[in-house]
Amino acid sequence: MNYSDTDIRKHRHTDGKPNLRRFHQARWDEPVVMELSAEGERGILIPEAEQAVRDAAANVYDTLPSSMRRKNAPALPEIAQNRVLRHYLRLSQENLGADLQVDIGQGTCTMKYNPKINDQLAYSPKMAELHPLQDESTVQGILEVMHEFEKIIKAISGMDKASFQPRGGSAAIYANAAVIKKYHDAQGNTHKDEIITTMLSHPSDAACAKLFGFKIITLYPDDDGYPDIEALKAAVSERTAGLMITNPEDTGIFNPRIQEFVDIVHEVGGLCAYDQANANGLLGITRARDAGFDLCQFNLHKTFSTPHNSGGPAVGVQAVTKELVPYLPGPLVENDNGRYYLNDDLPHGIGKVAAFYGAASVVLRAYAWVMNLGAEGLKEVAEIAVLNNNYLMGEVLKIKGSSAPWAKGKRRIEQVRYSWEELHRDTGIHSEQLGLRMADYGLHYWTSHHPYLLPEPATFEPTESYSITDMDEYVRTLKAVTEEAYSNPAIVRSAPHNCPIHKIRHDNFDDPERWAVTWRAYCRKHADSSNG
Amino acid sequence: MSTTQKKTVYPYIPNSTPQARQFMLDAVNAKSVDEFYADIPKHLKLDGLLDLPAPKLSEFGLKRHVQKLLNKNTSTEDNLSFLGGGCYQHHVPSVCDEVNQRSEFVTAYAGEPYDDHGRFQALFEYTSLMGELLEMDVVNVPVYDGFQAAATSIRMACRYTGKRKALISGAINPDKLKMITTYCQADVDIHVIPVDQKTGGLCRASLKDLLDDQTAVVYFDNPNYLGVIEDGEAICSLANEAGAVPAVAVDPISLGVLAPPANYGAKLVTGDIQPLGMHMQFGGGHAGFIASHDEPDMVMQYPSRLFGIAPTEVPGEYGFGDVAFERTSFEKRENGQEYVGTAAVLWGITAGVYLATMGPQGMQEIGEGILQRNCYAKQQLSKLPGVNVPHFDQPHFKEFVVNFDDTGKTVAEINLALQEKGIFAGHDLSADWPELGQSALYCFTEVHTQNDIDTLCQALTEVL
Repeated sequence: MNYSDTDIRKHRHTDGKPNLRRFHQARWDEPVVMELSAEGERGILIPEAEQAVRDAAANVYDTLPSSMRRKNAPALPEIAQNRVLRHYLRLSQENLGADLQVDIGQGTCTMKYNPKINDQLAYSPKMAELHPLQDESTVQGILEVMHEFEKIIKAISGMDKASFQPRGGSAAIYANAAVIKKYHDAQGNTHKDEIITTMLSHPSDAACAKLFGFKIITLYPDDDGYPDIEALKAAVSERTAGLMITNPEDTGIFNPRIQEFVDIVHEVGGLCAYDQANANGLLGITRARDAGFDLCQFNLHKTFSTPHNSGGPAVGVQAVTKELVPYLPGPLVENDNGRYYLNDDLPHGIGKVAAFYGAASVVLRAYAWVMNLGAEGLKEVAEIAVLNNNYLMGEVLKIKGSSAPWAKGKRRIEQVRYSWEELHRDTGIHSEQLGLRMADYGLHYWTSHHPYLLPEPATFEPTESYSITDMDEYVRTLKAVTEEAYSNPAIVRSAPHNCPIHKIRHDNFDDPERWAVTWRAYCRKHADSSNG
Repeated sequence: MSTTQKKTVYPYIPNSTPQARQFMLDAVNAKSVDEFYADIPKHLKLDGLLDLPAPKLSEFGLKRHVQKLLNKNTSTEDNLSFLGGGCYQHHVPSVCDEVNQRSEFVTAYAGEPYDDHGRFQALFEYTSLMGELLEMDVVNVPVYDGFQAAATSIRMACRYTGKRKALISGAINPDKLKMITTYCQADVDIHVIPVDQKTGGLCRASLKDLLDDQTAVVYFDNPNYLGVIEDGEAICSLANEAGAVPAVAVDPISLGVLAPPANYGAKLVTGDIQPLGMHMQFGGGHAGFIASHDEPDMVMQYPSRLFGIAPTEVPGEYGFGDVAFERTSFEKRENGQEYVGTAAVLWGITAGVYLATMGPQGMQEIGEGILQRNCYAKQQLSKLPGVNVPHFDQPHFKEFVVNFDDTGKTVAEINLALQEKGIFAGHDLSADWPELGQSALYCFTEVHTQNDIDTLCQALTEVL
């Protein structure tokens, strides 16, 4: 190309549309932190005890039983502070946070914008430096926030009481399974030992129920992708303790017969728990309680905009009807004439599901998010999330080799499970390989939980946070990558090319002789390849 | 004056402009968004808006509103605090905050080991640094908190041994025992080992009586909830002789001076990393670790993710990924081990930064300094009239029990009076530990100066 032109813009566009990004992620080739050690360097100095304190203590090691004294200093690296910082900043650059890209590729994860003001508020010493055992009179502010946010959750779900103790979405699913167990124990329903869930609900719905000794019955989707109601009718019995189900499931298809599902389970005395991980498109549109659910859970790090934090800290809100309040974990935040307090007088409760009260600073962020938007704003969130998703679906389905199986011709709620079956048949390229090639353009991409029910699955969820231009860029890149699958499959197969590292040799990870979960294990097992 | 209300354009929602909405509706050939909700039965649809407080639409208005609420709190920066009991005030090195406030980590989630290489490496480094502190080869990606780690370690030991009897030290946080009891109910028979009232440690005679060949696990905290350093070797030996798994929960910040439990026979070690660089956040700074030796039968019992190191196709390049992923519920649903989900990864990354910053010297010095302050505080407090330190002769790491029975005052009264003097006194134990009378758990760390301790003693003298 002749590059004598001074108009840069015309080289950034083809046919009036922006070209693909010439992206390359940072590649620092950074050593493992242990390799940075230089004898005697210090990262920080420790406040020394005063002479009088040291004198009083004399030789503190003498107070310890000899087997309790550490004989050798831990083999931690010795690194000056700026070198530690530089190392971790480089690692941060080798990580693709949602703030840096159009993160609609991590379907089911609801990667929405995390407002910075909410982080700033949470970093305030008035939040960050609170000890959980302080007298209630000194933490009235955060208790009020928790109490007010509970009211918000009650309005959104229709439920009567909420606990913020679970430290993640799966932890709230666990807490719901615990309440179902406790409820039936209290009723003397010892015969109720089965939980029904669906294959397209989160794996934790099945796994957590199993922890309480429940037998798991898993319903598969019918031909239209809905959980099979006939299978449910066949599965329920006197043994049914409960139903733990998502709606919409990860397909984004709303199950219009959800209330019938609930009624069928209620008829045999089971409880129904609504896994609301996919609630983003339904805020202010429909409520768990109205469909008859007894329990539900929300992920504040999804629907309520709190950061995912690379995988937590997080909060799973557990919300229940008044019949189930006695079984909640303690303590609950209560208000007595304007005085907020922690009520741990729950003799029939499930006890504790986490230390203290869960991640209160996450609750604070979610509260701030709702307080910024209000009822109209929440409805705008839901509607734009759904509109974005249907717009995106229209554009993705224009790409050769794509499809959105199940519920043909129907709209979706907040996400779609796509299939690249046709593309795979044509090119031999797998969905995972498309994902790694997308990473070359600085974009995430996710397939599906296991086992795959659809061949070559992909799940995209644009949330309300992305603009039309953002979605167009994602689709344009996806289209380019799929075209490569047809025209130059080798480049897709060998991806990623522009990431911090190249293809990992996976044979180490499942071989006990070679896996290494720590540097010390690595040095021991792979002596030839280490400096140590 | 016009009364037409302008539609709000929300800064967090780019497509909240009327133009964008219309463009997309046209593109998908829909008249209104209601069409997307056609599958929701009419009677399940909410009529009108949610009943929520009026929003603070401007960022400034929101900030003012939330700050006003937060200002009702008195923090440990405002007051002198001696609270511990599972959540600890330590200095958080500035680099810890600098790294864990990086948007690249804060807003990341579940990317691949390629585009999220930094997260994988930082977590592998965290487990590696913890591995050195613990002298164990396997450490997991963090779970929710130390409670969860303890509960899981008990279940792991039961699966590992094929037995279901668990002996749990009574000298643990009562809430932790509640958590373990609920978590393990279906598959574990729990027996609590009583506390020796004289020493504040677990009663070894009772442990001997309870131990038999059906015992899967002996679980204890060291230092324990009352701050007492247990004779870990003696307890682990008893467990090992009976063929039970010794599972120890440890405060990781003690390990610059205290022996890592692996050295006295522990097979599973757990704990909470909050002390390693996390602000207390009203209990929001917790994350749990589980560690073991690299024994495949034990490794396969972990429910959590384990990140391993591996070569890439380019010589000299490190790659990271999931080790033995098929253990997990992500892979096998109810047939995986327990369950796994979003937990506390950012705190794992932070604890890695903390340990890399502290180094061996820092960890040793902080441990020594905490031991010294506790010796001094014990001596000073026990000099006060009516104040006793019941386990005075026992070694304590960063907290110990202070008894006020002889003052004729309750802990509640004393703590209230101290609070009026700007002091958060030790945690009141009288409800959960009636056998200790009017006692409180006082905690001293590197953040406390001699003057702070003397101030406490002076204030106590005044209020008693």
